[in-house]
Amino acid sequence: MFAYIGRRVAILLVILFGSSFLLYNLAAISGDPLEGLRGSTDPKAKAQIAALVRTLHLNVPPPARYFMWLKGIGGIFTGHFTLGTTRDGNPVSTYLNSAIPTTIRLITMATVVAIIMGIAVGIISALRQYSRFDYAMTFVAFLMYSLPIFWVAVLLKEYLAINFNNFLANGKISPAWIISAAIISGFFWAALISGNRKKVQIIFAIAAFSTAVFLSLLSLTKWFTHPGLGPLMMFVLGMGFAFAVTYTSTGFNNKAALRSAQAMPIIGLIFYFPVEYIFSKHPGVTPIALMFLLTIIVAVSTALFFAKIDRGPVIRTSVITSVLVGILFLIDKLMKTWVPYINTDAIHFRPIPTISQSNSLLPAGNFWFTFLDTVTHLVLPTVALTLISFAGYVRYSRGTLLEVLNQDYIRTARAKGLTERTVIMRHAFRNTLIPLTTIIVVDFASIIGGAIITEHVFGWQGMGTLFNTAINNYDLNLLMGVFFVTSSLAVLANLAADLLYSALDPRIRVVGKK
Amino acid sequence: MNFFKRTPKVVPRVADSDIFNKETEGLSQSQIVRGRFIRHRGAMISVFVLLSIIIFVFSALGFKILGLGYGGWWKYNSIDMTPLRSEGCPGGLGGCPTLDLLPGKNFGLGDHPFGQDDIGRDYFALVMRGAQRSLLVMFVIGIVAGLIGTVIGAVSGYFRGWVDAVLMRFNDFIITIPTIIIGSVIGFHFGNKGVLFLAVFLGLFTWSGLARLVRGEFLTLREREFVDAARVAGASNRRIIFKHILPNAVGVIIVSITLIMSGAILLESALSYLGFGVVSPDVSLGLLISQYQDSFTTRPWLFWYPGLFIIVISLCVNFIGDGLRDAFDPRQRRRLSRKERSKNHDLTTVAKAGEIN
Repeated sequence: MFAYIGRRVAILLVILFGSSFLLYNLAAISGDPLEGLRGSTDPKAKAQIAALVRTLHLNVPPPARYFMWLKGIGGIFTGHFTLGTTRDGNPVSTYLNSAIPTTIRLITMATVVAIIMGIAVGIISALRQYSRFDYAMTFVAFLMYSLPIFWVAVLLKEYLAINFNNFLANGKISPAWIISAAIISGFFWAALISGNRKKVQIIFAIAAFSTAVFLSLLSLTKWFTHPGLGPLMMFVLGMGFAFAVTYTSTGFNNKAALRSAQAMPIIGLIFYFPVEYIFSKHPGVTPIALMFLLTIIVAVSTALFFAKIDRGPVIRTSVITSVLVGILFLIDKLMKTWVPYINTDAIHFRPIPTISQSNSLLPAGNFWFTFLDTVTHLVLPTVALTLISFAGYVRYSRGTLLEVLNQDYIRTARAKGLTERTVIMRHAFRNTLIPLTTIIVVDFASIIGGAIITEHVFGWQGMGTLFNTAINNYDLNLLMGVFFVTSSLAVLANLAADLLYSALDPRIRVVGKK
Repeated sequence: MNFFKRTPKVVPRVADSDIFNKETEGLSQSQIVRGRFIRHRGAMISVFVLLSIIIFVFSALGFKILGLGYGGWWKYNSIDMTPLRSEGCPGGLGGCPTLDLLPGKNFGLGDHPFGQDDIGRDYFALVMRGAQRSLLVMFVIGIVAGLIGTVIGAVSGYFRGWVDAVLMRFNDFIITIPTIIIGSVIGFHFGNKGVLFLAVFLGLFTWSGLARLVRGEFLTLREREFVDAARVAGASNRRIIFKHILPNAVGVIIVSITLIMSGAILLESALSYLGFGVVSPDVSLGLLISQYQDSFTTRPWLFWYPGLFIIVISLCVNFIGDGLRDAFDPRQRRRLSRKERSKNHDLTTVAKAGEIN
């Protein structure tokens, strides 16, 4: 195993060497960093040129200069790691240090949301192949595939952000909106669950009616201006999660799993006020992490208490439920921060920002304000990036599941009388995940490329911004720094994908290759 | 609860496969593929829409190939400034679109169907010019990348050994560099040399995925009996590659080229948007969006039309690719219409038996 990884890493290093050599020379011969200064009439220009030539070694031809750059990276073994300096003399690594977390923050949320939604929709549309839902989703996926992200981003800024902010000013939903939302939700649920004509009509009516009532209630109680969940609402939602998770994870026949999942919202209800107190008195990342750790411990012990045999699925069910309940706690706390947050001078009732990554005018030192600020700044870029990458996952998971469903072992599973839920979730879905994992891992690296445009549109100061400056200023070291990070990530992601593949699929042996 | 229950039609029925077999009896492979493609409604609509767009865009403004010019039927061009038309515009801002698709006295294109930009240029002409550019870039990238990818993939899959190793390592170099990075480096420095140059250069770096696919296809196909037969009969390597293996791999190649092309139009517009692609005074759809995105609140039409053209073109290419993939996939089973099923009524009893819930 280690020999295999070692060999792979060696090949990867060669590939990285080759591609960086290619890019370095291409970038070096295609532009002259001194161009602006050469034409300048400034008397200091000559001295500046001389200084730049000295610091950036511009008198060395590019292929040789590449090896000087490489020597800096080779310093990783001797402790003198350097990526060179930018034109203004600062080390590239300081820029990268501040840019990398920003970009990661930008793409993580979008990737997670896109993966979860994409796989869910893809699987449902595979199960309902050639239904109206399937056709609609295929069209939507293709449409999203064809959207230029900068175009979507401008639209989101103009419509979603500004109109949503206007809407939040009074928090009332107009009847026209309620009716159209009700009709849309009716169509959605009817297409999703599907069945014969009568059943579809009943589902449509129920979904449309409950959406209308729900939205009217929210509008009447001014929930949007004063959002919050409260203990009761959280309990109801938690119970909903418990049923949904149990249904997909083990099925209702597993009484132990159902009971242990249902225990999670009850325990949550008991701890509602203590958690609330701790969150207010000791804001910070530690209590949040502690809370999640505790919920998982509680979930595991509850599962062990309820289940005497076959404990694995029960533990899984209750842990997933408990994490969801934990997220509810966090959302509830953020919603409580909402009213004071939008009342601050910095926000002034326009909570969804269209540009930049944080609001510098916010009063510093309030953890929950900063947290909420990060979240609101993430909304638009996340929506934009999700829209784009969602389509790929839908198409891919649908295709893979359809392929898996035609396999012989699925027929065997059905033939021995397993329930359809078990066949889909245990036999088909798990095998769908194997190829999906690999594209997810590889995709995460390539999405950084997509983030370059997103950052540009939304004015974030991440890798994309660095890359832009690098190209516009002919800053070769900065460009190579950005490339170094993205390509290393891409290469590592490929390695991780291969290893994961062999770990998930026992038919593939990486070690067996002689 | 039967949420997990699949719609029963998914499993191909006994009767269905009988129908399929009857349909493909005595037809050549290309006839089957063509038939399947023509039945794919989305793809056929897309072919029609894309062809109309191409004809419309290129006839409206005219173009020049090798000195042979064609004037175009549209009265304005993308350079001349005309006085801003302000009658009937909301908010008193000049240059609003005159396109009116509702029946009435203003029905028709009008003087400036897509409006005018802030200095009075006819926006219809600008968008047509941009669409010409974007279509050109799309096709050139498709052709260049398709050629290189096919040749490299074919050679390395067919000859294997050190040729394969060298070519695939080279391929890895290209794959590691994100397309947007290499595209920006090229675009920023060579964008001013003209759009054709840019497209060819971008094509030089977008073939890697295709080459991998073609190589995989060749690796399996070269082991097949018909290749051995050809070799025994004394066929040269070139003949085996082009006459025997390539026709069998053409499905993968065509589908993959359509994907490259739909990616190419988005890549070009993204690069132009960042300022690293087509540069002013030349026009492309991405550049138009980038130039006028700030005037969205005052002159929204400057933003809508180029975006709509990008989306429609890219959507069409994607759908055509989907139709081609379905058509080339031998395992593909289409869903039978009710009429076809009822025609085979005598077989439905068997079909019931094949149905699995």
